[in-house]
Amino acid sequence: MSVLVDSDTRVVVQGITGGEGKFHAEQMMDYGTNVVAGAVPGKGGQEVNGVPVYDTVHEAAREEDADASVVFVPPAFAGDAVFEALDAPLDLVVAITEGIPTQDMAKVNKRLSEVDTRLIGPNCPGIITPGEAKLGILPGNIFESGEVGLVSRSGTLTYQVVDNLTSRGIGQTTAIGIGGDPIIGTDFIDALELFEADPDTKAVVMCGEIGGEDEEEAARYIAENMDTPVAGFIAGRTAPPGKRMGHAGAIVSGSGTGTAESKINALNDAGVPVGDTPNEVADHIEDFL
Amino acid sequence: MRLHEYQAKSVFADAGIPTPDATLASSVEEVVEAAEDIGYPVAVKAQVHVGGRGKAGGIKLAESKAEAEEAAESIIGMDLKGYHVERVLVEEAVDFKNELYVGVTMDRGEGKPVAMVSTKGGVDIESVAEETPEAIAREHIDPAFGMHHYQARKAVYDAGVPRELASDVASVLQTMYQLWDDRDASEVEINPLMVTEDDEIIAADAVMNIDDDALFRQQELAEMEEETFEDDLERKAGEYGFDYVRLSGNVGIIGNGAGLVMTTLDLVDYYGGEPANFLDIGGGAKAERVANALDMVFSDENVDAVVFNIFGGITRGDEVAKGINSALEQFDEIPKPVVVRLAGTNAEEGREILNDELVTVEETLEDAVQRTVEYSEEEAQ
Repeated sequence: MSVLVDSDTRVVVQGITGGEGKFHAEQMMDYGTNVVAGAVPGKGGQEVNGVPVYDTVHEAAREEDADASVVFVPPAFAGDAVFEALDAPLDLVVAITEGIPTQDMAKVNKRLSEVDTRLIGPNCPGIITPGEAKLGILPGNIFESGEVGLVSRSGTLTYQVVDNLTSRGIGQTTAIGIGGDPIIGTDFIDALELFEADPDTKAVVMCGEIGGEDEEEAARYIAENMDTPVAGFIAGRTAPPGKRMGHAGAIVSGSGTGTAESKINALNDAGVPVGDTPNEVADHIEDFL
Repeated sequence: MRLHEYQAKSVFADAGIPTPDATLASSVEEVVEAAEDIGYPVAVKAQVHVGGRGKAGGIKLAESKAEAEEAAESIIGMDLKGYHVERVLVEEAVDFKNELYVGVTMDRGEGKPVAMVSTKGGVDIESVAEETPEAIAREHIDPAFGMHHYQARKAVYDAGVPRELASDVASVLQTMYQLWDDRDASEVEINPLMVTEDDEIIAADAVMNIDDDALFRQQELAEMEEETFEDDLERKAGEYGFDYVRLSGNVGIIGNGAGLVMTTLDLVDYYGGEPANFLDIGGGAKAERVANALDMVFSDENVDAVVFNIFGGITRGDEVAKGINSALEQFDEIPKPVVVRLAGTNAEEGREILNDELVTVEETLEDAVQRTVEYSEEEAQ
């Protein structure tokens, strides 16, 4: 089984005529993802990789019976593109775009509370159910079908941990990159809920980083609600306070919360072992299985 | 992007928020001239992006020409927490009986803006927030509707602002929210908002930070940007467009993706080394960008060895390898040992391209980091 996506998921690629959209639509299709349409204003009627392009997401959803989209639209227009997908409406929207203005995301966030659509991202690598479908930019070849769920704020760190798992024969149910921005759709707790409810997920890896308090909140959720074992990793132990380390969300205020230490302590208190290295996370997962 | 105090005050003043008379000055003569125009006492305030300017000697009060000269001489040209002070704001010193705090910021936990008011302004508002959070009234704003007037009034009353000031403070708060929304701010703040003996209010300081991702539609503010860097390397990083943070160690670190680069830093520390920097080349980097990254880290004289950690999704291993080769082939002798770890998209192609006479190639992250730490220790001796 899988979480959120499988080989039946019917996907629209928003921005499919752009460089990134075109390249990754092809990669997704090669992986087996059921890409049924593209949506780009003004480009309706064209075909990309044999897939029909529509002017609006509404039209694409109606004509091709789509239920999910992946957004490769440039940041200035990406907020609008997400609104369009929420309004179509689709069940799932994965926003890959990095650099969407925060106030646009605040408005998207408000709209999300009023609809049933799930948003993943933005500024994320996407979601993959190995062997079935990937929606996003994750390198499919490192993943393997199996029993471990994975949720992470960082794309490349996801790849690293997956590599540590796969190389010792531990496969994954689904990996969800939730993104590194201050305002995101699906958060740790949402993803953990999905994995807890999935009978095939026997253990979960949660990769966090400095900044915000999402990991601390997730730790409380795990302690109170989860039977599935979780192992964690927190990036940014050596980050100096007050400096922005790449991700918009990855800044330590210096006020005692949001630090690697407070996150690791919260997770340990919730019974979640935290690896000092990505390899140690795989050790913990091996112990669980 | 952070506006200087004088810039933020001009934005606030244009929006109708009362600010003191003030003039920007960059020499002792200009300070004295401004002070005589405004009338003593004046405050002389360093215009640099540093918190706690007052305590660090960057703000001085002057009651006479002699004091204004003295203040100007001590502040202009001083080094304030790593920043060189070139300009000061000469400002009417307001006589006040109370200091308030008003601000609007993004509550990332809620995903909504939040307006804040406190009667404990003037002092370090962060410690107020930590020690007596109830002393700050908070009102979350629905970004789709904006701030209702009742919300501004409610925050002001909840904070315990005296009734005779409530209407004026509420109107300042609502103006600040409007600025926050119109200008794509991530933070607007007045601390302190001074209350004079006559119950007038006046913004004695002003903070305005703009969301970098929204500068494309905030042209007027983007043009106010004055690049200030702590050192030449950060300036270089700005020119190359890297996410770069300089640190105190001797192991140079280059990678793709914030989470993975932070993890590499943590592993260097774990294996007994000390990171010299955080450098994220970002996603999908081409060869030239990779060469620029190496150039940057080589120009940091504290660096004794460099580790390249690439896990390609959108980034391609062969592009990275080409960049590393082209950067290193310029040298007769490689200045510092370079260890490369390539994984993910086109990693095998990359490893075949890499000139292993110039670099050490390692398969795993752990091996790459340990090898680099060893090199850095050897070089440091």
